[in-house]
Amino acid sequence: MVTTEPDAIAPAARPGLVPLTLVGGRPPLGTYLRQVWQRRSFIYALARFRIEAENHQNRLGMAWVVLKPLLNAGLYGTIFGVLMASGRPPHFVEFLVIGVFLFEFFATSFTSGAKSITTNTALVQSLAFPRMALPIAVVLQRLLQFVPMLAIMVVVVAAFGHPIGPEWLLLVPLTVLFFAFNTGLALIAARLTVHVRDLNNLLPFITRITFYTTGIFFSIEQRFADDPLVLRIASFVPLHEFLTLARGVLLDDPVFEAPPEFWLYASVWSIGVLVVGIVFFWAAEERYGRTD
Amino acid sequence: MAGPTDPQGRRPVVVVDDLHVEYRVLATGKRAKAGEARGGLLHRGRTTRTVHALRGVSFTAYEGDSVGVIGANGSGKSTLMRAIVGLTPATRGTVQAAGRPSLLGVGAALVKELSGSRNIILGGLALGFTREEIEARHDDIVAFAGLEEFIDLPMRTYSSGMTARLKFAIATARNHDILIVDEALAVGDKGFRAKSEGRIREIRDDAGTVFLVSHSMKSVRDTCSRTVWIERGRLVMDGPTDEVVTAYEAR
Repeated sequence: MVTTEPDAIAPAARPGLVPLTLVGGRPPLGTYLRQVWQRRSFIYALARFRIEAENHQNRLGMAWVVLKPLLNAGLYGTIFGVLMASGRPPHFVEFLVIGVFLFEFFATSFTSGAKSITTNTALVQSLAFPRMALPIAVVLQRLLQFVPMLAIMVVVVAAFGHPIGPEWLLLVPLTVLFFAFNTGLALIAARLTVHVRDLNNLLPFITRITFYTTGIFFSIEQRFADDPLVLRIASFVPLHEFLTLARGVLLDDPVFEAPPEFWLYASVWSIGVLVVGIVFFWAAEERYGRTD
Repeated sequence: MAGPTDPQGRRPVVVVDDLHVEYRVLATGKRAKAGEARGGLLHRGRTTRTVHALRGVSFTAYEGDSVGVIGANGSGKSTLMRAIVGLTPATRGTVQAAGRPSLLGVGAALVKELSGSRNIILGGLALGFTREEIEARHDDIVAFAGLEEFIDLPMRTYSSGMTARLKFAIATARNHDILIVDEALAVGDKGFRAKSEGRIREIRDDAGTVFLVSHSMKSVRDTCSRTVWIERGRLVMDGPTDEVVTAYEAR
């Protein structure tokens, strides 16, 4: 019979051998982030392959990435633009396309990011790698799909007669900030879903509530023009900031002029949510894939 | 017998110390009233039962060990393996390991909507290979798994045997890991079993550590230098495979 004594852990560490650590512990944050960085080609490959697989299953393939939000925009445009024509903001088509496309990036990152651990149990259980790779890969996949949408968006806006200018390049830092924000949110949601599976059922409601409240198809500034409190609150809602900034950059109309402090707010939100998301996700690293 | 100081001065790789694992499971049916514990309001009056899956298991595995894990169904073998990987938390006691072990169980594909080929690349990258390293090993992995004809098909079309073979081939493409093989070999056919047993011996000879959970005493005898026999959550015997398997078969 074997008896294990504490001194069984011999100090004679050979080079190249990993020291004994408690199973169920997690590496310090710095080491962990380095491990994630080492897996960057894994993250990228996972994102790319998933897009490929999604495209193979549909006859129209990659076109769906652009078609789906366009159809959405068309549908909402018809419903809200025709039925509620009185409250329509100016430049409604461009306004709506920007809103729907940006929202699509946000909503898909959030929903599939939340499920990124629970739907990849097989991968998590059979291979050892930092789990943070999974939610990041999901958001990266959505970013890669957002780029062609961005191109369509620019074309639509230009087609409606807004002059193309150097300020359109601001879409690049805006996308970077948006990506950071979505990643942080996906990390938070991914961990919460592992703890409380019921959240999976709430996800569609959360995205729908966000959709109806953030001014995708109506203008918050116009609707609540005489209600400074609502406008004040809206100015601190990150998604509203991203939408306003994008519209301000692309649309040539003083109505859509974005307050410059929104750049600051959006940056603070993005970096804040990303940092919180990273720490929050890392703190439960040993918990992912467990079945108890 | 493997004591605290190994005679060859080998390094311990997995140290399991007085490990207890209890599951609280939802019980249904007539028998559920036995040993019940009523939950509070939040438990919606469901009856839970505590299953004591492991009751104080201790052992140390050294580098280059290949450890057979045997015992009847429900004896706690799989729970022990899952605890070593960290998938099942210890109720009491500790598990220490050098590095993060991989568990090869029967079951789902890695990413089932992708082809076998894509899965090889992803699996390799996840294990820390560079793209070039995994590309260089790609054909060997395919050949080892015997999946040349199917490698471009999505893994959801694979049989369970094919999935298990490919997962084994991917995970063992890397050497000095702690590898836990839970019944996966039983799924493969005879030819693959021989190949994979050979691979396990290679890993062991390269100072890796392999645990093999199996009901096939032949597999255990052919691959494992040492065997742990578990019964009802307790360690019954731990020693050279020949002794333990002989005792097990004579029980």
